Amino acid sequence: MSQEDLSRQAYWRAHLRLLAICLAVWFLVSFGLGIILAAPLNAFSIGGYPLGFWFAQQGAIYTFIAVIFVYAWRMNVLDRKFNVHEE
Amino acid sequence: MDQQLLSLLVVGATFALYIGIAIWARAGSTSEFYVAGRGINPVANGMATAADWMSAASFISMAGLIAFLGFTGGAYLMGWTGGYVLMALLLAPYLRKFGKFTVPEFIGDRFYSKVARVVAVISLLAMSITYVIGQMRGVGIAFSNILEVPLAIGLMSGMAVVFIYAVLGGMKGITYTQIAQYVIMIFAYTVPAVFISLTLTGQVFPQIGLGSTLQGQDTYLLEALDQTMVDLGFTMYSATEGGMSMLNMFLLTMALMIGTAGLPHVIIRFFTVPRVRDARKSAGWALVFIGILYTTAPAVGAMAIWNLVNTVHPGEIGTEEGHLAYEDKPAWMERWEQTGLLAFEDKNEDGVIQYYNDANEEFAAMAEEEYGWAGSEIVTLDRDIMVLANPEIAGLPGWVIALVAAGGIAAALSTAAGLLLAISSSISHDLLKGVFMPRISEKNELLAGRISMAGAILFAGYLGLNPPGFAAEVVALAFGLAAASLFPTLMMGIFMKKMNKEGAIAGMLVGLGTTLLYIFTYKGWFFFSGTAMLPDNPDGWLLGVNPTGFGAIGAVFNFVTAYIVMKLTKEPPQDIQDLVESVRVPRTES
Repeated sequence: MSQEDLSRQAYWRAHLRLLAICLAVWFLVSFGLGIILAAPLNAFSIGGYPLGFWFAQQGAIYTFIAVIFVYAWRMNVLDRKFNVHEE
Repeated sequence: MDQQLLSLLVVGATFALYIGIAIWARAGSTSEFYVAGRGINPVANGMATAADWMSAASFISMAGLIAFLGFTGGAYLMGWTGGYVLMALLLAPYLRKFGKFTVPEFIGDRFYSKVARVVAVISLLAMSITYVIGQMRGVGIAFSNILEVPLAIGLMSGMAVVFIYAVLGGMKGITYTQIAQYVIMIFAYTVPAVFISLTLTGQVFPQIGLGSTLQGQDTYLLEALDQTMVDLGFTMYSATEGGMSMLNMFLLTMALMIGTAGLPHVIIRFFTVPRVRDARKSAGWALVFIGILYTTAPAVGAMAIWNLVNTVHPGEIGTEEGHLAYEDKPAWMERWEQTGLLAFEDKNEDGVIQYYNDANEEFAAMAEEEYGWAGSEIVTLDRDIMVLANPEIAGLPGWVIALVAAGGIAAALSTAAGLLLAISSSISHDLLKGVFMPRISEKNELLAGRISMAGAILFAGYLGLNPPGFAAEVVALAFGLAAASLFPTLMMGIFMKKMNKEGAIAGMLVGLGTTLLYIFTYKGWFFFSGTAMLPDNPDGWLLGVNPTGFGAIGAVFNFVTAYIVMKLTKEPPQDIQDLVESVRVPRTES
């Protein structure tokens, strides 16, 4: 296997690791905190928002935005590191 | 100035703007017609994507939907935004790297099969055409209910404007128009919301207002709303009980997320940016622009239902002064009664209005005995008025009402244009050039693109004038189909190098088939009433699964079928495996 193939494999593995982390956060804030754990979380509150309700109707969306930008930023770093970035 | 005249002037001005953009942004090549020449700035594309994605349903109906669902309305909010995470991480950058014009084109090339491409075209047409019907209805509602213009005239003028910019400019004209439409739409949505939030809570941002105390009181808005709903026999607004079950909220959220990620008219927007890294960033910007509306909507919904209940019940429930007298109804109620979206009936003939949950038997029996109520007297309450009547409920000036009309029309037209482009490019590029006339010249393909665009607009206009009775149901179907057919196939095409054409085709057909079968079983075959085979309620649903959330399960069937068939058939050729390798990296040496 050539040097380039090995580096390509390492790039893809690092990429999949990043994807797994980002998707775990995506799942946790929506399906976890906003749905499955919403009832117990509603015992707490942020201002006048019950916490589970806040995740389902506000917090999940803010987190989604952050996840995409963090992913885009980390991918740019990864692209440069493995020298596959665009000009 | 007369309100109707003012509204018509504002809507007319926006139409003039769209036509001006059309003349400025004409398309000269197929690349400009299909993907705007791949020269769109990622932030601008994010804004255009937001307008493309946020339809008449998001603008007009969603806040009302949430107002009546309370907590579980979060399924729509998370579902329709969380899909962007999937699109940004799992689809958009790789499809941009692939660098072709349409979604079926990727499926056809990746699975080295014209059959796969045609199956993808059929799914695309089924979901896009059903979706476009909903947009036409949105244009009609904005015209006939706010502008009081006959539906046919309103619809035809809307179609004429889309015709000019979509046929002339293709994706290029549509992109720049969508940017203008986003700006109009977001002003129209947030201005009334800010005023209402200020009036109720003293907070400028509705997102903060919803979590604040009521103006001049120590009680939180949501706490007071919960109490009021309980007093009227409903379930608590912010609590997890009531509404759909946890299982169905989970499945619906999942189906909407993967359905959103698989919608071809949104995916092709990411073909218009110059580089792979722009596609990633652009998805983030799209969600920022979408998030502005989607985090405002829960406040709009909750505040609208609060305003409505407090207008009808200004004092303590069951007392003389606790109810609004019919003769004291505010002017906006009278006006919206004329549209048929709101209707009252003085069932116990006491001259005052009672609004409560008469489906709650225990509460209804108590109310009859204690207060002499004979049923809820708001007999029609269309969820759409929660947004449409908002400026009037809040007593905002006439230009805000005009802006809401222009915003509703912008939301519907921008989504319709994106869908029409997906439809026409799949006909001219995938069917005509890809399958039937591979040797067609670029000039003739561009002409074919324009003709199929014109045909699609006329067809959509016809459906808007003669809407099939099942329009509302079908939109849920569009998401189910996208979730069960296109999303899994696209994802496997990128992440499973060994996935072959046999697996992909079998997976798509099984995903489509099971989802259609499940929906038709409960909603009727092809939505004809009376042909449903099982009752469409939680007792009739298989394992309690609501048909609208079934797309998530259809997607699982697609994945499993594709995997099994792949294991039993031979691997894809080496050049296809190399193609998969190349879409996974932003820059490959050729």
